[in-house]
Amino acid sequence: MSAALTFWRSFAVNRGAVLGLAVMLGLVVLAVLADIAAPYSPIEQFRDSLLTPPVWQEGGTWHYPLGTDDVGRDILSRLIFGARLSLMIGLTVVTLALCLGTALGLTAAFAGGIVDVVIMRTMDVVLVFPSLLLAIVVVAILGPGLFNAMMAVAIVFLPGYTRLVRASALSELARDYVTATRSAGAGTLRLMFNTVLPNCAAPLIVQASLGFSGAILDAAALGFLGLGAQPPTPEWGTMLAGALQYYQRAWWVLTFPGLAILITVLAFNLLGDGLRDALDPKLKR
Amino acid sequence: MALLEIRNLVVEFGRFRAVDGVDLTVEAGEILCVVGESGSGKSVSMLAVMGLIGWPGKVSADVMRFDGIDLLGLSPRARRKLVGRDIAMVFQEPTTSLNPCYPVGWQIAESLRAHNAVPRAQVRDRVIELLDQVGIPAPASRLGAFPHQLSGGMNQRVMIAMAISCNPRLLIADEPTTALDVTIQKQILDLLVDLQSKRGMALALITHDMGVVAETAHRVQVMYAGQMVEEQPTEALFTKPHHPYTAALLAALPERAMGASRLPTIPGMVPGIDDRPVGCLFNPRCGRVQEICRTSAPPLIGEAAKFRCYFPLGESA
Amino acid sequence: MTVVMEARDIRRHYAVGGGLFRPKGVVKSVDGVSFTLRVGQTLAVVGESGCGKSTLARVATMLEPPTSGALLIEGAPATPAAGRQVQMVFQNPYGSLNPRKTVGSILMEPLAINRRGDGPAREAAARAMMAKVGLRPEQFARYPHMFSGGQRQRIAIARALMLGPKVVVADEPVSALDVSIQAQVLNLLMDLQDEFQLAYLFISHDLGVVRHIARDVMVMYLGRPVEFGPKEQVFAWPRHPYTRMLLAATPSVDPRHRKQSITVRGELPSPLNPPAGCAFASRCPHADNRCRNERPEPRDFGGVKVACHYAETIG
Repeated sequence: MSAALTFWRSFAVNRGAVLGLAVMLGLVVLAVLADIAAPYSPIEQFRDSLLTPPVWQEGGTWHYPLGTDDVGRDILSRLIFGARLSLMIGLTVVTLALCLGTALGLTAAFAGGIVDVVIMRTMDVVLVFPSLLLAIVVVAILGPGLFNAMMAVAIVFLPGYTRLVRASALSELARDYVTATRSAGAGTLRLMFNTVLPNCAAPLIVQASLGFSGAILDAAALGFLGLGAQPPTPEWGTMLAGALQYYQRAWWVLTFPGLAILITVLAFNLLGDGLRDALDPKLKR
Repeated sequence: MALLEIRNLVVEFGRFRAVDGVDLTVEAGEILCVVGESGSGKSVSMLAVMGLIGWPGKVSADVMRFDGIDLLGLSPRARRKLVGRDIAMVFQEPTTSLNPCYPVGWQIAESLRAHNAVPRAQVRDRVIELLDQVGIPAPASRLGAFPHQLSGGMNQRVMIAMAISCNPRLLIADEPTTALDVTIQKQILDLLVDLQSKRGMALALITHDMGVVAETAHRVQVMYAGQMVEEQPTEALFTKPHHPYTAALLAALPERAMGASRLPTIPGMVPGIDDRPVGCLFNPRCGRVQEICRTSAPPLIGEAAKFRCYFPLGESA
Repeated sequence: MTVVMEARDIRRHYAVGGGLFRPKGVVKSVDGVSFTLRVGQTLAVVGESGCGKSTLARVATMLEPPTSGALLIEGAPATPAAGRQVQMVFQNPYGSLNPRKTVGSILMEPLAINRRGDGPAREAAARAMMAKVGLRPEQFARYPHMFSGGQRQRIAIARALMLGPKVVVADEPVSALDVSIQAQVLNLLMDLQDEFQLAYLFISHDLGVVRHIARDVMVMYLGRPVEFGPKEQVFAWPRHPYTRMLLAATPSVDPRHRKQSITVRGELPSPLNPPAGCAFASRCPHADNRCRNERPEPRDFGGVKVACHYAETIG
């Protein structure tokens, strides 16, 4: 327990990180309680109030605090349900990339030789492509849709995790405590997951929390290009795409989803930076 | 007048006192050894002399004079000029103390240029001469060698060449041989002592190795938990230590325990930040401890042999 | 006395380099080492870095197979299962303990891996071992970073003993410790040796420590033993010029021990390109043409094996 306390102390020093954590917690609460928190359904269309401006602008009404879009859906409700989607996207993508990357990275580090070469060169090939381009290619193969977009982004993220796990596993493998465990007769699986992996956790946690924002951003970009979530799903990137033509007439249709993406990504980046600072000088006293 | 004179040096990192009221004098042309275990403050006190303690460390002293110049009163610029020219330092890890991106010849030349020690045209000749002085074979062909191409011993010779490039009057060597093998250690120590006597410079050698102390020093300071606990000429210290810590340290050497199957040990550990004892810092581990040791800190007493103890060994009284 | 470990002409070679434009080289890290280790005895291997002593330790603990030669444990060829009879204590107590595990789980892990006993039995065994190495019971649930170097080395020693080994290979176990702590750990090692009748393969560069703890001493130079025999004889009457140089180079607090007559010069030759004859010839004050061309084989001098052409005349 005191370890957790020391961790919190070194984390709490960083104001930005605490802010990021607060925003993230807020988003989680909103996402979980979306059904109660949102005033309307995200796909319900109010045909009599198309493109209503937000409440503080002339013509705005408290019925739709952030206004409505071109088919009369309440933007606030769509953003709240969108948070649910974005968090789910981040979680799925990061979990997928993390698990697969950890398995591949550990295998490469422990097996060495030809296995190592094959895994790492494959990852290099994936890295060669610009991330969004690769995601588009993957979606083009799998077909558009939210799930396929998540798969695509996970594949784009895979090399980062694989390389990170391999590098930290290799440096841990060279240390004497691994040798000691091995000379006690430990098998490879035990060495991998019980001995080495926990000691690689710190950089992984940081990478994962930073990866969260990247995943949300990339999924939004795919959505914006029409390759991710399909309308009327209230995904932030898809919302942006649908509103593009109204940017001169109704700024709010475009601005609020953009702000939501910005704030979320910023929060996760701050959180990740804070985690890195708190975890990186390993177990300082 | 002493070459280097320091009174009541204190170095603090937050609430941790790394150096706690140390007096230090180095006479011109002598070899002073500062000996102590890890955490005794021996390196930190020398870094303070060099002005190399950065934030969050705080340095204060009643007196800090080098050759009559008050170091504390100097501007940072004037002090940098003095340090590196008149006071030079050699560190423990030769391979990490050198910049891996530049050839060694260039690095020595840089220190010559920084202090305008010789005219530009003669820099190359001077570097070769320095490498030759520190015993590097075929010096002209080593100018372009990178640190990773040289052995640890050779790198340490390069570090020494850099340190003596501007003819310093005081050379501080911080565990210069700890990372090296014994045969290389012997060569480096011989080189340092040789340079010291030929050039008449003072040498302050920081070490934890009592054998090194016995074979090189003229005078010895023993440090414990940030304080100097004993100071004596070398011969006297090894034959007649006064402070119980010094005596226990010497007794714990395997070399001194010939025949005995178990070594005499010092119980306990060096006090850390949270368990600094009241009174004498050594009292929880001392075999001669009395009531007064637990309540009041003993002052530094004595003339030729200085020590910080109420009940010193080897006193007839 | 029973022999617990026997090494017969152990060699361990590594292929190195082999880049695009460079031919592959072979480093003979250990090149022909034989010894026998008996119950309750200590064999010290001394030499400078690069002499192959740490590779020998890895071969002796079966972490690496020898390129040729045989390692026998209690008379039988070494197998991974027999490897539990040989455990290791490392030099750096900061790297040898898993920072994410408590002392208790570090000590119980070897038992868990080998499925010995159940949970409570393992905990009892770990606690008993902690008491034996001088750790307090309340330290059971603490993490390694809460301990000093000396205490960590006690934990490492306790872990090595959990499987009840016959042989402990100690690779520079005290060289990272301060003098006063070093004495405590050396005493502990000797106490444990008496109690469990352990045989130590004690790797060190510190002749003072070796002289204190060892029964036999093997001096290695560039992968080969140059002098090997009982401690008393090796220290009192060193026959190989390298042994003499090592002794002369070791700083001593006792003025009588200083032998200034021997000059210490030169550095270890590159292991990639070892000399044809005696490896020490380039640094040896007695070397002649024969030394440079013909490798000396170890010869017996009253129980001490010396690999030098001129062992009779030197010393």
